Amino acid sequence: MEKVKLLGTWPSPIVKRVVWGLKLKGIEYEITYEDHANKSPQLLKYNPVYKKAPVLVHNEIPICDSLVILEYIDETWKDASPFLPQDPLLRANERFWAKYSDEQVLPAVYGYFRKQGKDQEEARETTLAHLKRVEQLLNKNNFLSGERVGFLDLAFGWLADYSRPLEVVSGVKLLDEDSFPKLCAWRNKFLEIPAVHESWPDQETLIARFQKSKQTLFG
Amino acid sequence: MGKGSEIKLIGTPPSPYVNRVQIVLNLKSIDYEFVEENLACKSELLLTSNPVYKKVPVLIHANNPPIPESLIIIEYLDEIYSDVHPILPSGPLARADNRFWANYMDTKFFPLFEELRKTPGKEGKKAIMKQIIEGSQLLEEAFVKFSDGKPYFGGDDVGYLDVVLGCFLGWTKFVEKHNEFKIFDEARTPKLLEWTNRIWSHEALKDVIPESETLMNFYMILMKYRP
Repeated sequence: MEKVKLLGTWPSPIVKRVVWGLKLKGIEYEITYEDHANKSPQLLKYNPVYKKAPVLVHNEIPICDSLVILEYIDETWKDASPFLPQDPLLRANERFWAKYSDEQVLPAVYGYFRKQGKDQEEARETTLAHLKRVEQLLNKNNFLSGERVGFLDLAFGWLADYSRPLEVVSGVKLLDEDSFPKLCAWRNKFLEIPAVHESWPDQETLIARFQKSKQTLFG
Repeated sequence: MGKGSEIKLIGTPPSPYVNRVQIVLNLKSIDYEFVEENLACKSELLLTSNPVYKKVPVLIHANNPPIPESLIIIEYLDEIYSDVHPILPSGPLARADNRFWANYMDTKFFPLFEELRKTPGKEGKKAIMKQIIEGSQLLEEAFVKFSDGKPYFGGDDVGYLDVVLGCFLGWTKFVEKHNEFKIFDEARTPKLLEWTNRIWSHEALKDVIPESETLMNFYMILMKYRP
């Protein structure tokens, strides 16, 4: 009997990436939520280098780094819903853009919403440029990974999940339908996938919690 | 090896990320054409092959779209030339562990070297050297775990982390000399120190890692263009 545990923090979009992955593959797991300010001995033991979630614990063995965890899940539970394609060139391409998500787009978007006034205006152009690149990735496909949801959608899922709540709470629009028609359509499709739709917290909860305290906006 | 002549590697000799790919190409006995790039005046080829980052290395395999980012290139090479000298292990857990530590090296450890170069003043530099030393101790523990008594991170022969860390040894030696401190030493990181000597003379690395003079010249260029 496989024992799968996930150490998470609320409301981290990076933790949700792993939740979606586990649900897509139909893997049963148990999730415990860590408190940033008061990290459990379990977290410190399982991720001594970064002391951060998410950590996947499979049969008592920890795996850290969300994208590393996703590849691990994909390689271990090979038969259900593959995340990465078979072709090495396509795999390289998805890995490249997944890295781009985490190193460029996520910090730009979060940075943008964190800023105010003139600083925010100045950051808008670079942020939009990153989003334009992601828009171009969609081409004629429904999903970033192609016809079906895959690794790249899981990597960029934070954008689908968090963009509206961030826009609602900050009162600033980033993804408008005219400039980003494909990205907006992808966002809707991604949020409708059962694995995503059934994951907590949902959009309304995110908005309510963010509105309550802008400090927790960034997890 | 028909496949080999179709590989082009865009790079610069002093770049450890480029060296990384060269080491893997050597380990797998793959012939390739090295297209030397002038980073002060980037070519059309580089700018179109890596429009997002405009950086080396970039691998071009036959007429396929170019692949940037050294770790991504290495996994690609490992997948298409899987029958010769596998770089990553085959088990998912071992692969995850290897990828975790490669990310640590690239996102936490190596950036400290660039920070050290750019930080003025003795106190500032001392603080970064302290972080480098702490990092090296984490790497010592990782080496002990991965090698499990054998000579390399990869076990009996050079593997993924040997390449990912090994490519930097020219620079670590340079930084040690330039800043008068020891990154790998007998007392704190005995196993890694032994490993650095062992890997320094490995077939696949020794003609790739540049000489101190090349690194010094490159260092001077960095100080001038990216202070």
